[in-house]
Amino acid sequence: MSQLPKSDELAKVDFTPPDEHWMDTKVDFEKRRGSWSYPGAKKNLEYVGFPNPRQWSPLDEDWKLPDNWQQIIHDGLMDRPERYRSLKVFMDICVRCGACADKCHFYIGSGDPKNMPVLRAELLRSVYKKDFTTAGRILGRLAGARSMDLDVLKEWFYYFFQCTECRRCSVFCPYGIDTAEITMLARELLNLVGLNINWVMEPVANCQRTGNHLGLMPHTFKDNIEFIVDEIEETTGVKVSPTFNRKGAEILFVTPSGDVFADPACFTLAGYLLLFHYLDLDYTWSAYASDGGNFGLFTSHEMMKRLNFKMYHEAERLGVKWILGGECGHMWRVVHQYMGTHNGPANFLEEPVSPITGTKFENTIDTKMVHICEFTADLLKNGKLKFDKSRNDKYRVTFHDSCNPARAMGILEEPRYIINQVCNNFFEMPEGTIREQTFCCGGGAGLGNDENIEMRMRGGLPRGNAVKYVQDKFDVNLLACMCAIDKATLPPVCDYWAPGVGVAGVHELVANALIQDGENERKTDLRGEPLLGFEDEEEGGE
Amino acid sequence: MNVLFSLLAVGVLIALGYLGGQVAGLRFVFGVVIPYAAILVFIAGLVYKVIYWAKSPVPFRIPTTCGQETTLPWIKSSTLDNPHTTLGVLGRMALEVLFFRSLFRNTRMEIKEGPRVVYGENVYLWAAGLAFHWSFLIIFIRHFRFFTEPVPGFILAMQYVDGFMQIGVPVLYLTDLFLVAGLTFLFIRRLWSPQLRYISQAADYFPLLLILGVALTGIWMRHFTKTDIVGVKELAMGIVTFSPMVPESVGSVFFMHLILVCSLFAYFPFSKLMHMAGVFLSPTRNLANDNRMVRHVNPWNPEVEVHTYAQWEEEFKDKLEAAEIPLDKD
Repeated sequence: MSQLPKSDELAKVDFTPPDEHWMDTKVDFEKRRGSWSYPGAKKNLEYVGFPNPRQWSPLDEDWKLPDNWQQIIHDGLMDRPERYRSLKVFMDICVRCGACADKCHFYIGSGDPKNMPVLRAELLRSVYKKDFTTAGRILGRLAGARSMDLDVLKEWFYYFFQCTECRRCSVFCPYGIDTAEITMLARELLNLVGLNINWVMEPVANCQRTGNHLGLMPHTFKDNIEFIVDEIEETTGVKVSPTFNRKGAEILFVTPSGDVFADPACFTLAGYLLLFHYLDLDYTWSAYASDGGNFGLFTSHEMMKRLNFKMYHEAERLGVKWILGGECGHMWRVVHQYMGTHNGPANFLEEPVSPITGTKFENTIDTKMVHICEFTADLLKNGKLKFDKSRNDKYRVTFHDSCNPARAMGILEEPRYIINQVCNNFFEMPEGTIREQTFCCGGGAGLGNDENIEMRMRGGLPRGNAVKYVQDKFDVNLLACMCAIDKATLPPVCDYWAPGVGVAGVHELVANALIQDGENERKTDLRGEPLLGFEDEEEGGE
Repeated sequence: MNVLFSLLAVGVLIALGYLGGQVAGLRFVFGVVIPYAAILVFIAGLVYKVIYWAKSPVPFRIPTTCGQETTLPWIKSSTLDNPHTTLGVLGRMALEVLFFRSLFRNTRMEIKEGPRVVYGENVYLWAAGLAFHWSFLIIFIRHFRFFTEPVPGFILAMQYVDGFMQIGVPVLYLTDLFLVAGLTFLFIRRLWSPQLRYISQAADYFPLLLILGVALTGIWMRHFTKTDIVGVKELAMGIVTFSPMVPESVGSVFFMHLILVCSLFAYFPFSKLMHMAGVFLSPTRNLANDNRMVRHVNPWNPEVEVHTYAQWEEEFKDKLEAAEIPLDKD
């Protein structure tokens, strides 16, 4: 891993483009350590049957590509426009107005012109023009076209795994050109010749085998949750009893596996458990459909479909009525925009109705999958939860809209409503950094790995800086979010750009405030940290 | 390099136009043959391209949502920026096409001391783009006075409004001013900003200069050389009534104007100018965000290899038993 510069050094971003034409600059992987991810391990590609499994490194001269790799890419590029109108239109109509340029968090944090969405797309567009347009074939560079060669391919690998598919640029594009779509298809092409990153491929292979990205086998999955059950009992005195793979439950609950495993996401999971216990909800976990997240999204549309299959498959097997989904970003991109098409129709399920309030979730009548924040907002609106807001008083909270729920769904008000109901101190980050204009955490789409840390911090600059703003202005000390990747990537972003601000899930805050029957006198929150006014007691007690 | 090439290309076109007007034998070619050819290429090219796009399916419904979606009845949803109905989509598209809604959001990022990343308003690109596009459209429609007899009332009305400032004789059209101003801004902006210059190609400068050429030769004819309008109208009417002729009185500037216009028409379908048609086909804008309400069908929905529950249970049977997770095969 590279030496990460200090944050004030990293913030000195030079936006001057190089003297050389962009078609002449090459990626020096050695010099750019800290800004790319390690390649997919052989065993992971083999497990899911991806092409060209092998040991290799971007630092090697020889990337061990198939001999006919150029033909493979060409054929792949010929096939995709026939299947995706988006690709044809996006390749043909960009006017290079530049409105997207300073909207990309990676461009803001790095100043590298190839991180301008327009130029990122141009990396692919230039080859497309050369291969498929007459002007490009004849005029070459004058028409913005260039031949595919090894340097271009290496550049693709570098920059298409330096896009988090956050879609912020697409909000500002006058034609809605979506770099996420371009990146997704470019990654499909790269995968055809065996170019991918391990932080995507390992979760994909794990998920295909065990049902979750972390590769937790069923007993471990259950153990982890039961460990959290014990923790909950210790802090609250309440014994929750989740069930696993239980047939006949009314609801199947699916959440990203990060919630089962990682801090602070596990406190969100504790939040779900407490909420469901409070409601006496007839629901089950599944150790098979043990992850809602879907890193297949970051490889190919087909892989996405393979991994997402298990949700409906399991819901049908267990005979549940509908599915409730936990806090996650890209999972909701897939569930909201792809699942119905890929894996539906789910006619074996029923139109979701909240068993507590009787509310019909009419916006989910086809996919039959409800977002936990929709579910909880409805509970709160109907006064079904008893809570003590002051238990969250030690937190001065702001909210980070995760990219996908914001720009591929539009679930903006529910989490805000919930937070305002259960917390006394809520402050918005500045306009232009929230809602549909929210900034990525810098580590989405499989880029949240350690070796890519410098690029993550660069990409995290706009988000981190907006957090810093509310920290300075309103003493904010907690960044709430509803995405498992955020819960893993935002803590380092905050430590780096806004030290002192923690990260928590929305449902952790809900459960902190929730008053359970038979609970202890609460002196700590779910993290076992003292509530406001109980700090001294905690010190004395230990 | 890209700018020079574009400048040169427009210069050559103007010279050709001049030549076409001067050489007797070429006047018919430049005044009739080329315009017909250009219109033909434009229509055929446009239709071909749109069909080419439309032939490909839209496998997934992927709107970029820019506001609250429709969920619970008591939460106000953003009907135009995140529509879930066809009517809403029409509204969103109308805002996009007529008022450049997305570009209106444009901001300018700056990193100040601190570091402090700030996002200032930046409406210039939007304003210049809007001024240019609307002016161009109005000018285009105004030109139908040359192709119609009698001239429809709405064109006369448009002409009247456009010239309501009553400056000069013949009166100066405001749209002419806006068009030139808008184009000039867009051109200078491209050259001025190092980042924009870096991403700009010949295909970006050429259309700007071409249209600027069209505008300037048009203004020149109207206000300086005072081209014989009657002759121009005869030529134009000849073209639309398929009885082409080139009156003697039509001068060289007109031919320059005409060759630039013809070049624009012929170039249009093969260039980025196709954003005019493409914006209507953009799946991030023209689809409703009703994904969880109505299933979107992918015509080539792929068959994929999956890991079924039964296979999974088989693989982890011992562990499931040890963890007391219920099995199917019991």
